Amino acid sequence: MTTTAVQYETIIGLEVHAQLLTRSKMFCPCAASYVDSSPNTHVCPTCLGMPGVLPVINKRAVEMTIMTGLALNSEVPERAKFDRKNYPYPDLMKGYQISEFDQPLCTGGWLEIELDGQRRRLGITRVHLEEDTAKLIHVKSPTGETYSLIDVNRSGVPLMEVVGEPDMHSPDEARAYLVKLRQILRYLDVCAGNMEEGNFRCDANVSLRPMGASELGSKVEVKNMNSFRSVYRALNHEVERQREILDNGGRIPQETRGWVDDQGVTVSQRSKEYANDYRYFPEPDLPPIVVDREWLEKIRAKMPELPGTKRARFLSEYGLSEYDVSLLIETPAKADYFEAAVALAPEAKRQKRAKAAANWINGELAGLLNAHNIVVSEAKITPKGLSQLIDLQEDGTISGKTAKDVFQEMFETGRDPEQIVEGAGLVQITASDEIAAAVERVLENNAKAADDYRGGKEEAIKFLVGQVMRETRGRANPEMVNQMLKGKLSDNP
Amino acid sequence: MPLTPEEVRHNARLARVGLSDDEVARFQSQLSLILDYFQRLQEVDTENVPPTAHTLAMHNVMRDDEPHPSIDKEEVLANAPQREGDHFRVRAILE
Repeated sequence: MTTTAVQYETIIGLEVHAQLLTRSKMFCPCAASYVDSSPNTHVCPTCLGMPGVLPVINKRAVEMTIMTGLALNSEVPERAKFDRKNYPYPDLMKGYQISEFDQPLCTGGWLEIELDGQRRRLGITRVHLEEDTAKLIHVKSPTGETYSLIDVNRSGVPLMEVVGEPDMHSPDEARAYLVKLRQILRYLDVCAGNMEEGNFRCDANVSLRPMGASELGSKVEVKNMNSFRSVYRALNHEVERQREILDNGGRIPQETRGWVDDQGVTVSQRSKEYANDYRYFPEPDLPPIVVDREWLEKIRAKMPELPGTKRARFLSEYGLSEYDVSLLIETPAKADYFEAAVALAPEAKRQKRAKAAANWINGELAGLLNAHNIVVSEAKITPKGLSQLIDLQEDGTISGKTAKDVFQEMFETGRDPEQIVEGAGLVQITASDEIAAAVERVLENNAKAADDYRGGKEEAIKFLVGQVMRETRGRANPEMVNQMLKGKLSDNP
Repeated sequence: MPLTPEEVRHNARLARVGLSDDEVARFQSQLSLILDYFQRLQEVDTENVPPTAHTLAMHNVMRDDEPHPSIDKEEVLANAPQREGDHFRVRAILE
């Protein structure tokens, strides 16, 4: 391996394409959902690109884009317009894509990431609106014939592009940016944010330059990354590849490379015969968009609480740790679940309840959701059920150990915790004579441990408590057991 | 301001039109004449005129996000030069 003294600075910029969660397409009223539809069933003359048709802008898609811009601290200029981006490829039915060239809906902006305890603002260049293309399926027949099949359902689905500044210096930063951007889009409910399903896509520009140099190195565009994991792997690979070439005195050609996931490498995609010549010009079929300030404020007023604000509120309102809060606000659904559970407790008990609910949600619930590969909104256990369970534990009806078993059953069946507890005879024993009897039995059977404790080995008490808990099948109150044992051991030498 | 033969070929390729050498020469002169004609627009003084992308005084022509039924699949595929199952079939796309 060659090593040189040269240190490089990595520069990464990301372009994200997000399909908007509208009901209809961008420029025609065909249904925008296509994942479960048979081919070419959500299609009309407009999205087929027939001559003489007239596209009409979907207002909701414009509002979703403006909302995204506001969430990303962008400017929303008063005027925006659509343009035609011409290029010949069979996934474009018209021979051009309607996009925005020099007057996008949103310009500038930033989002904040947190990495290794450090907060950083990463720049946004612009957010604009365009239309998705048709889906191509490449076929190789048994006889070796190759051809492509086209499904037009996806053509014309609203596609929002978020162009980021080349502000990132490591694959970790790029991943944090993507996670944060997706979180914001999910909070706004404008995009499903699923890379594997293709409704949230990412291309990356990667270049290296000697540390301290002001000129940018040749930029390589990396495509075909279909998961967060593959973005991270592809960027790491690409940075290393470029470093190796530069270390060996080579030069990086400006090109587009595709990530091949199963081989873990990027490969050069055949460069086009001639440079792209998009010949952008204003879309004559679509009058411009004027975003008057009244409309802008109406859109702003409709925006939900965003992750940053929610985080600050959770920290101050519930007195939770940064760690607990970051897990709870991961999705709006999880945050809502938490708040619904806490709100059921009387006001004086809310802070305490918040800590208990956070523990359950970030611990047991997260583990079970993960194991069953579902999300919080699909869980059978409701915020009300969780709140009741915490009540039962707090008033001493059940022990902490029992609570976990009950939680498990609630998760599986959706049953009420009180029913489960009564039905299974799990009510905690608080009657002292019942516990006293168990303590007696345990002391008789474990004379050695009892002697150890009396001899000053305090640790032995833990073993004895454990034995009593076993005797009572976990239903005894451990604190009570502890006290009773200590009492017995001191007054009965 | 005559176009070069290479510019004519480039435009032909963008338009997906195949031209023979004779045709390149013919369209070179014809297209150059058309460009010269439009060149006369450069003489108009636009110093104090704001640029506009549209000639109609309209803006915000938009529709609500309501899906409507699409057209029948058979109609969609009726004009397909080649069809396979419910898909359009085209020549292999090489990346």
